[in-house]
Amino acid sequence: MRYYTDEHEWIDVAGDVATVGITDYAQGQLGDIVFVELPGVGTAVEKGKDAAVVESVKAASDVYAPINGEVTETNGALEEDPSLVNSAPEGEGWFFKMTIADAGQLDGLMDEAGYKAFLEGL
Amino acid sequence: MRYLPLTDNDRQAMLAKIGAKCVDDLFVDVPEVARLNGPIHGLPMHASEMAVERHMKKLAAKNMAAGDVPFFLGAGAYRHHVPASVDTIIQRGEFLTAYTPYQPEIAQGTLQMLFEFQTQVARLYGCAVANASLYDGSTACWEAVAMATRVTKRKRAVLSGALHPHYAQVVKTMAHFTGDEIADALPAITPDPELAGLIARIDEETACVVVQYPDILGRISDLTPVAEAAHAKGALLVVVNTEPVALGAIKSPGEMGADIVVGEGQSLGVGLQFGGPYLGLFAVRDPKHVRQMPGRLCGETTDAEGKRAFVLTLSTREQHIRREKATSNICTNSGLCALAFTVHMTLLGETGLRQLAAENHRLACLAADRLARVPGVEVLNNAFFNEFTLMLGGKPAREIIRDLADRGVLGGVSLGRLYPGVDALEHALLVAVTETTTEEDIERLAQELEASIKETV
Repeated sequence: MRYYTDEHEWIDVAGDVATVGITDYAQGQLGDIVFVELPGVGTAVEKGKDAAVVESVKAASDVYAPINGEVTETNGALEEDPSLVNSAPEGEGWFFKMTIADAGQLDGLMDEAGYKAFLEGL
Repeated sequence: MRYLPLTDNDRQAMLAKIGAKCVDDLFVDVPEVARLNGPIHGLPMHASEMAVERHMKKLAAKNMAAGDVPFFLGAGAYRHHVPASVDTIIQRGEFLTAYTPYQPEIAQGTLQMLFEFQTQVARLYGCAVANASLYDGSTACWEAVAMATRVTKRKRAVLSGALHPHYAQVVKTMAHFTGDEIADALPAITPDPELAGLIARIDEETACVVVQYPDILGRISDLTPVAEAAHAKGALLVVVNTEPVALGAIKSPGEMGADIVVGEGQSLGVGLQFGGPYLGLFAVRDPKHVRQMPGRLCGETTDAEGKRAFVLTLSTREQHIRREKATSNICTNSGLCALAFTVHMTLLGETGLRQLAAENHRLACLAADRLARVPGVEVLNNAFFNEFTLMLGGKPAREIIRDLADRGVLGGVSLGRLYPGVDALEHALLVAVTETTTEEDIERLAQELEASIKETV
């Protein structure tokens, strides 16, 4: 199941592990991504607090954790090729995987249809 | 464009907004003794240009200038010969630019110069990347501490006791506003730096350990053990250098494992100029830290026609893009001083810098040997470059310096001046010797020092 935040992150839940990235809309707004700063494995992240940084040719933006949890894995491929965030933002361009400290926090997020409606309202 | 001055109402509105009663309220952080209170003494409120000039000349004549007498002052600012060609070259049209001269279409001269400057600083420091300069050595030192807290996500910096006290003060002033914890100390009067004691102060909460090299007493030691100890605890080693000429003779900080190397660049090209403007140097050993660096960075690229060109790069670290998350609030550099540094370095070349360093050290050795023969005087250092510490056998160095000035010799910087009120340090005197020092100057200092010590109780 995939959820979305109003800060344009997506979080994909599979069992007790979640994968986090930024949406296609977000990468389109940022332009060519040149660098991604990922959190260290084992870092405790908190819903709504910055967890990563994404840098394009024109801006640098924080990526916020959609829920509380601990980082278990980061996408090493982004170090070599940050443009994966542009070409496959919701696939190969994922940022990090994390544990789910409180599944209840997912309820506050949007589903795909909700996010689509949210984008139309922007 | 019209120039529209502020009205009194505008001023009042702005002051009210920030909660200040009057303009003077904005200066409360400047110590009262340093504030100009009323008109300049002896100068009437209305006088002709010629009268003012006469008066100011008379005031200026009260100074004992560096070039007028035998001169041995250092402690972070060094008198070196700046070739006349430096001044001529820095005034060339290619380098004359308006404020913020970073637009690549019109500023290739400046940008290429900054690129060369960065290369020179990086090589001198034994580092991978240097920035386009900061304001001065002390602010660069603070920026290094701030960067270390970002990299390590820790908030405690350990300062060596032998770090220049003014640098330590700048760091503490800035940390007062960021909430970082600064552990400082006083220097121990020993022939070699107390590295074991410094290493013992590094713990798992330490973001960085800050060491000066050569240190405030002019001492030199291999900092590799400090680097290893810091890295073992996950901390960074910040090395501060106040005399870049020394690096023409001694191992670079990067080679000893320093993670961030900062310092004052004034010695090359800039001159003493009454204490400023000076030149902050900043470099990192590991390119992976480049995104956490403060300040401007110039990079090499190719233009639309494939020609070599220079631009500012990695600007997303900076305030105009990153806003409050920027790595530093410094979005500019000491452009003119950096230019003078680069021109001087280029004129010297690597061989010239090594020769200049060797000459400084040769004269400093002569001076140390001669001064050690003055009764009651001992040289503290086991090793030094062009500055060393004299112990004056129980005589207060501050008074001796005052007396030497009356005898027409600027004999050095007393530790009593650098550490007012610290009794343990008041008998120590820092003496700096450069290529501008003559053997006659050294003899004169030795003789006047001997006389002064005899006559000072």
